[in-house]
Amino acid sequence: MALQGNLRDFPFSQLLNLISLANKTGRLVVESPAQSAEVFFREGKLAYAQFRHDDASLAAVLLRGGKISQAQYQILQQRAAQMNDKELGVLLINAGYLSQADVLKSLQDDYCDVLQRLFGWTEGAFYFEADEPSPENRITVKMDLENLIIEGSRQAHELSHLQEEIPSLDVSLKFRERPERDLKDIHLSVQEWKVISYVNPKNTLRQIAGAADLNEIEIRRVVYSLLQAGVVEMVRPGGSFAWNSSNMFPSKDRIEQKSLVNRLIQRIRSI
Amino acid sequence: MQTVKIVVTGPFGAGKTEFIRSVSEIEVVSTERKITSEVEKIKNSTTVAMDFGRISVDEDLVLYIFGTPGQKRFDFMWEILSEGMLGFIVMVDSNRPETFREARSILETFRAYAPTPFVVAANKQDCDDAWTLEDMRVALRLDPDVKMLPCVAIDKETVKKVLLELLYGILEEMEAGRL
Repeated sequence: MALQGNLRDFPFSQLLNLISLANKTGRLVVESPAQSAEVFFREGKLAYAQFRHDDASLAAVLLRGGKISQAQYQILQQRAAQMNDKELGVLLINAGYLSQADVLKSLQDDYCDVLQRLFGWTEGAFYFEADEPSPENRITVKMDLENLIIEGSRQAHELSHLQEEIPSLDVSLKFRERPERDLKDIHLSVQEWKVISYVNPKNTLRQIAGAADLNEIEIRRVVYSLLQAGVVEMVRPGGSFAWNSSNMFPSKDRIEQKSLVNRLIQRIRSI
Repeated sequence: MQTVKIVVTGPFGAGKTEFIRSVSEIEVVSTERKITSEVEKIKNSTTVAMDFGRISVDEDLVLYIFGTPGQKRFDFMWEILSEGMLGFIVMVDSNRPETFREARSILETFRAYAPTPFVVAANKQDCDDAWTLEDMRVALRLDPDVKMLPCVAIDKETVKKVLLELLYGILEEMEAGRL
C-alpha cells in the first residue's frame, strides 16, 4: 500500500515520525494548490528538501543563508551555470571563499526551513515514493529527524492555539480607530511590518500571507501579536463598506427604522 | 407581519438558552441534545443547532431571538444565524475564566460577519466566584466604549436590561449615522 494521503488527516510531524521510525529511503512529495515541495530521505534521515518553485541551486541556498551577496550570486549564476552543485561547492571551498562547514550549514538550514514551513501546512496531498534517490546534481545531508519532529510538534501545538484565536484566514484586518498604543512606539519585526503594509479591509489574511510569503502559522502568529497589541482588528473581507444594513430592517426608511427600534424598546420594558 | 432578529452567542455553557427562555413568550424552540463528550459534561444537554425565542411587539412586528450553538464544531451555523441581525449579545460565564478566550474569539468572529452593535453580558454575576466586570473587560480585551452588563440569565429583569442596552446602542448608532 502506497504511503499517501492528506495532511488534514495525517499531520506532517506524524509523517516524519513514521519515516524516521521505519528508516525509510525515498522521496516525499507534498502538494497544496499554491505550492509543492519534495523531501528526500535516506534510511530515515533527512537528505534533501526543496520547494519546487524556489531556486534550489547551491548559489541560491548560499544567498539565502547570507554566505554570499546578491552580486556574487549573479556572477555564480553566469559563470558556473554548467556546474552542478557538488562541483560548485568543491570550487568555492578549494578557492577559499567558503569552508566546507559553511556550505553544509547553509544547506542544512535551508532544508530545515523547508520542513519548518511544511509543519505549518494543515492541508495538502502527499505521497511517498520508496527508494527514489536524491537528485544527483544536489548536495545531500544526513540529519536526524527527531529534533525537527519535536520542533514541528511544538509548532503544531502553537498552530492549534492560534487557530482557536484566528479560526479563519478568510477575514480581513483594519486598523483600530483608537489603537491602545501609538504605532510608532511599537517595535515590529520584519514580518509584522510586511503584514502591516497590507492591512486593508479588502485583503484577506490568506491574500496577505501569499503576498508576504508567510505560511499559515506565520500569518496567524503575526496577526495574533498585532491583535494582542490592539493595533488591528478583524473585519469581514471588503470591510464595513461591503456590508449593508438593508436586511437588518424590514423597511429602508430611516424614520420607520428608528420607530421600529423604539417600539422594541417599549415592548421589552413592558415584559 | 414584520420580523427582526437579535442573536445571542457565546461559549458552550454560557447561559444562552436560559437567557432566551427568560424573556421569550413562547416555549423556547431548542434543539438540545444530551452531551456525550466527557470534557463538556458541565451540564446535561447542549444546543446543537440553535435556540429560538419570540417576543411579539405588536400586531405588525415580532422580535426573534436566536441562540447560537456554543460548541465550536457547530460554528458553521454562526454566519447563517447572523445574517440580517439587528445586533448581538455575547454571553460569558463570569465564573469560568477558561472560556474567556473562546468568548473573545467568538466576539471577533461575529464582528467580522457584520459590524452591527453588540453588548457583552457577564452571566452568573450572582455567584460568589464571579469575576468582576472590570477584570472581565481586561481579560476579554474590550474597548472602554463596549457595553458590558452584569446578568443572571434566569432573572428576567437583568435579561431585559441587556436587551434594552443593545437596543439603545442600535439607536445611538443610527442617530450617529453609523448604521
